[in-house]
Amino acid sequence: MSRIQARFDALKAEGRGALIPYLQAYDPDLETSLALLKAMPEAGADLIEIGLPFSDPSADGPTIQLAAQRGLKAGSTVSGVLNMVRRFREGDAATPIVLMGYLNPIHTYGAEAFCRDAADAGVDGIILVDMPTEEAVWLRPHAEAHGLDIIALVAPNTSHERLVHVLREARGFVYYVSITGITGTASASSEQLAAAVPKVKAVTDVPVAVGFGISTPEQARAAAQIGDAAVVASALIKTLAGTLVDGRATEHTVPAVTQQIKALAEAVRS
Amino acid sequence: MSASTTTPVQVPLPNSLRSGPDGRGWFGEFGGRFVAETLMPLILELEEAYRAAQADPSFREELEFYYRDYVGRPSPLWFARRLTETLGGAKIYLKREELNHTGSHKLNNVMGQILVARRMGKTRIVAETGAGQHGVATATVCALFGLKCTVYMGATDVERQKPNVFRMNLLGAEVKPVTAGAGTLKDAMNEAMRDWVANVEDTYFLVGTVAGPHPYPEMVRDFQSIIGTETREQIMEAEGRLPDAIVAAIGGGSNAMGIFHPFLDDVDVKLIGAEAAGFGLDSGKTAASVSRGRPGVLHGNRTYLLQDADGQIDEAHSISAGLDYPGIGPEHSWLNDIGRVEYVGVTDQEALDAFQLCSRQEGILPALESAHALAHIVKIAPTMGKDQIIVMNLSGRGDKDIFTVAKHVGVEL
Repeated sequence: MSRIQARFDALKAEGRGALIPYLQAYDPDLETSLALLKAMPEAGADLIEIGLPFSDPSADGPTIQLAAQRGLKAGSTVSGVLNMVRRFREGDAATPIVLMGYLNPIHTYGAEAFCRDAADAGVDGIILVDMPTEEAVWLRPHAEAHGLDIIALVAPNTSHERLVHVLREARGFVYYVSITGITGTASASSEQLAAAVPKVKAVTDVPVAVGFGISTPEQARAAAQIGDAAVVASALIKTLAGTLVDGRATEHTVPAVTQQIKALAEAVRS
Repeated sequence: MSASTTTPVQVPLPNSLRSGPDGRGWFGEFGGRFVAETLMPLILELEEAYRAAQADPSFREELEFYYRDYVGRPSPLWFARRLTETLGGAKIYLKREELNHTGSHKLNNVMGQILVARRMGKTRIVAETGAGQHGVATATVCALFGLKCTVYMGATDVERQKPNVFRMNLLGAEVKPVTAGAGTLKDAMNEAMRDWVANVEDTYFLVGTVAGPHPYPEMVRDFQSIIGTETREQIMEAEGRLPDAIVAAIGGGSNAMGIFHPFLDDVDVKLIGAEAAGFGLDSGKTAASVSRGRPGVLHGNRTYLLQDADGQIDEAHSISAGLDYPGIGPEHSWLNDIGRVEYVGVTDQEALDAFQLCSRQEGILPALESAHALAHIVKIAPTMGKDQIIVMNLSGRGDKDIFTVAKHVGVEL
């Protein structure tokens, strides 16, 4: 059984949803982001999403754009990020890791080589913002061969017919992009989530994670209750960015972000 | 997609080079639709609306009406006598797209797409622009049809293309400077896509070149093909035969695709795309995506891109803001790989020299974009016979570029 499925099964038995915090790899440098990654499970992360920095993140708001720029400036590469996961796995064999990014760096790395190396490093799933189902055929056979879940994205304007089409081969979990917009801007209300998420759950058995625009513990709790998990990204990166001095990490960086994850985790568990 | 992996389903190559893309938007191994899921419903809806428009004779009639009475088509095919005599070889003809209303070929596409957007009931238009030619064309049709218009433009380009920014403002458009990245065309494209994702309800994304997710490359090509269709008739009338070569400048590639496409099956007509080589093809500061890039995925399509070893997109460089883009339309990538079109590099300096040559010899200030095409003609025309014919697509006028040119020739305006 995959780590993702095992984790969601365990949480289901506990009767609660998951908290999925996000970090941008190498933001603001490799050691800080690895330290943050290692601190996340203890702080309450049930799964972890790692952003692969890309030069042209066309679906991200300013917060994540700047984080990606810091990551690239600090020397992030695809193989560097895989190495970071490998180092995390030395101390944690259970927490699922999902990479999120854009297609071109993976395309450059090569579909087969990437799936092999990512799985080998201990990555469990991949979310590619600019790879809709229709274009996933080049990656899917290799992902399946190496046990890497391709996480499907769906949005509020995805029709029922399209949900059925997109989620036919859903693996791991479904990422419900809760707003039509870029990351870290607007938020969906819990009423909107309550109306939309069941439509997604009606066509798939895999868990549904809600992301985009979730920043407060209350929003995380609502999302994890209505769906199966809450993804928090920009809010954590804003906190991280607020601790930097001249773009560099300080002694406050890791504690500030882990503190925030603790508060989010408490809300999700309550 | 790369050599070692599978390419999405393709239909066998048809006999005509003009029949692409396939049903899923692929030209060989290039094209597709690589966008966020939020945009997929819009793109599918757009494709449906475009197919319906194509099948509707009244759409074609309406478009022809606006082309004739508003854009000013057909544009003339001008025999450039003095240039021909000076270069001392092939006869040179200029397809005068700079005579279109707003001063470039861009209006052909914008007029077509706006009619599609109106059929779809969209009330707001977003666009990206480099030099501002596409932005001005978009602002123009939005004024004509009373639509809200937002144009994203790199902050660097806002600075070097001030007259066009002012023009867009006069036309009632909001110009939003983009400071991300190097503040050029690719950054403006990212920002326009972000706007579109956030405003899917009422907004139409009016793409300015033959790139982006399917059906944009096909649709923009179809609208621009009026250039080549007219050229065919005009050169037959003037010379009684097809030209030996057609040369056009390449940024994203819309003016080139527009003039090339009706000639793709005429294998005796040599087609040449002039890419911006910036400081030189091997200088590391170019916009020559075919000559110095490799296939990758950006802005909704798989195509040749300038990128580093890890797949991060490089900043392009060209003296011409309109060519300053690290990618190219997917059909061009395919035409390169099958060898139907030759892609060559032209430096900033060569384009500047050609700009001045054209101004003095023909009384026409060409856009710096078009000057790249002319610079290549300067190289090849003398090597050709006096009975041979070259057609160049003079895609835009150079009034917008006089500040850039002045700076490079050391004149303060």
